[in-house]
Amino acid sequence: MREITLSQAVNEALAEEMRRDETVFIIGEDVAEAGTPFKVLSGLVEEFGTARVVDTPIAEPGFMGLGVGAAMTGSRPVVDLMFGDFIYLIMDQLCNQAAKSYYMSGGKLNVPLVLRTNLGATRRSAAQHSQSLHALVAHIPGLKVAMPSSAYEAKGLMKTAIRDDNPVVIFEDKLMYNDKAPVPEEEFLIPFGEANIKREGSDITLIGTSSMVQVCEAAAEILAKEGIEAEVIDPRTIVPLDEAALLESAKKTSRVIVVDEGHQSFGITGEIASRINEKAFYHLDAPVLRMGAMDVPVPFSPALEDITVPTPDAVAENARKLMSGELIHAA
Amino acid sequence: MAKTKTNTEDYLRMYRQMVRIRTFEDNANQLYLSAKMPGLTHMYSGEEAVAVGICEALTIDDKITSTHRGHGHCVAKGAEFKEMFCELLGKEEGYCRGKGGSMHIADQSNGNLGANAIVGGSMGIATGSAFTSKLLGKDDVTVCFFGDGATAQGLLYEVMNMAALWNLPVIYACENNGYSEYTKTEEIAAGSITARAEAFGIEAHQVDGQDVLAVNELTQKLVARARKGEGPFFMELMTYRYHGHHVGDINREYYRSKDEETDWKENKDPIIKFRGWLVEQGIASEEEIEAMNAEIKKDAEEAVAYAEAAPYPDQSEVDMHVFTDIEHALARNTA
Ligand SMILES: Cc1ncc(C[n+]2csc(CCOP(=O)(O)OP(=O)(O)O)c2C)c(N)n1
Ligand SMILES: [Mg+2]
Repeated sequence: MREITLSQAVNEALAEEMRRDETVFIIGEDVAEAGTPFKVLSGLVEEFGTARVVDTPIAEPGFMGLGVGAAMTGSRPVVDLMFGDFIYLIMDQLCNQAAKSYYMSGGKLNVPLVLRTNLGATRRSAAQHSQSLHALVAHIPGLKVAMPSSAYEAKGLMKTAIRDDNPVVIFEDKLMYNDKAPVPEEEFLIPFGEANIKREGSDITLIGTSSMVQVCEAAAEILAKEGIEAEVIDPRTIVPLDEAALLESAKKTSRVIVVDEGHQSFGITGEIASRINEKAFYHLDAPVLRMGAMDVPVPFSPALEDITVPTPDAVAENARKLMSGELIHAA
Repeated sequence: MAKTKTNTEDYLRMYRQMVRIRTFEDNANQLYLSAKMPGLTHMYSGEEAVAVGICEALTIDDKITSTHRGHGHCVAKGAEFKEMFCELLGKEEGYCRGKGGSMHIADQSNGNLGANAIVGGSMGIATGSAFTSKLLGKDDVTVCFFGDGATAQGLLYEVMNMAALWNLPVIYACENNGYSEYTKTEEIAAGSITARAEAFGIEAHQVDGQDVLAVNELTQKLVARARKGEGPFFMELMTYRYHGHHVGDINREYYRSKDEETDWKENKDPIIKFRGWLVEQGIASEEEIEAMNAEIKKDAEEAVAYAEAAPYPDQSEVDMHVFTDIEHALARNTA
């Protein structure tokens, strides 16, 4: 199969959906000629014109709100938010307006909007350009949240998101834009709420999201050399969450680590861990372990930044401890 | 109170500060090109007369808020090269102990409340700083630096409304360098920028941002009036950035022509213009100016060498400074 970058995959998904459906448009800062700072959208304005690939002023609440209104009235906007960190600026439009409209209207006014943004630290971009804020959004009922872990997922999930009749937020990992993966030439979609078992194993389950799937796979490699067979699962969407697949794996292996790049406290790892604790408790041989980003703003200095995110070695180390029973009685 | 800049010393200081900014940026760019600087940075080169003209009209008690393109503001408000380069390299002795980097550089000792990586993110902060001044009966003034692109942020209009209602001692300084990222200002700003301030009854001025004396003269007047409770004010400073949006923005002909860049660099450079004026007025000789340039160059090179050799913060600092009253935020939590 041909290999393309995550960036190309997103570009293809958008182009295909824009060809298929003339109500789809892209709006955001420097999306047209510049094709975004990460050059993900290069070439789209040439094909679809400035009426459908719309450059805006630096007015995030404004163009997000515009997107919500456009979505309510027959368009399918893909709102481009240059950095996930800017989500704080659009919270009202996203969480009070887009997320609640369908419910508040008694099922009459839905908002088929995609918010495309990113996450991920270790780019030396400091505290306001490095956050992974998907947990904030996942907390709000009415928003679906997709977290592609490779070019393949990035394409399939984007196409599904555009066809979804609800507001969907997609977080791409900015460090993965140039990573290649096999992506079929033929059209495909990835349904929401279906986890992907990246690697089968019987000793311990590693659940990873987005960038952390690679980290879990690398940890599994390390563990395999020591005779520990780790199963790696990528939920692909955290809302909806494929609870059944996660529970099944937890019951099979009896030990679970959840790895995510959002801050560890009050985050995705805690949510997934507690669902497993609630529903698979009697199958577990150890408490489910959370590994998120450190609960500190992301520091600029490379000497500090690198220790704030989970690494394969750290995951492997915790896996060994869970296997040996060392962490069972941890305070 | 700011003294009137009429004597030789003050003119030479303005020149020196502009050259210090340009030299700082040349070295920062070099650090990026030689892969010694982590991340990206936004160069202030070309806009020196704005920061220097304004900051030379301020005292150490006056405050500024800065932007992602903030090295110029930081130098102009009195910062030292050593601590600045250390910060850019993420070293312990940096102004923010390496935690902030280029986009969050700050220097509270000189009244610089900090750069900001959120476009428009400091507009509320500057207004709040002016509020403190009024509340506590002080006479310091705050200057809020932001770009033309930032005028699209709704926050600006919320805070200008309040500042005008309450006569706050704040000066909104819009550095109009013709671009926001890869887009021309006229494509993202409808109508007149100064008229937006005027709609709130705020006195607004447009000034040639390449003319340090014009900027300084206007700022002195506005600062004096702001201290008397006649603020807020708004300035639109017409200027130009020489480099790309950030140091990695090299191929930019698709949005900005080489001819346009050359025209600004050769015909409107704030340092060349002011240097010519200094010589013409007999304030400094060519030799004296060359000597000053050489001294600044040496200072910068020494500071870079110092920063390169300086240590990174200890890893134990990673969870310090999350809270004021908890030394290590994670001490209780780590398993
Ligand atoms: C809220 C927000 N939106 C977008 C960005 C990305 N961004 C960084 S600088 C910039 C352009 C700013 O233009 P301007 O205000 O004119 O300042 P200049 O870079 O020209 O000095 C943009 C869009 C950001 N940092 N913050
Ligand atoms: Mg600008």
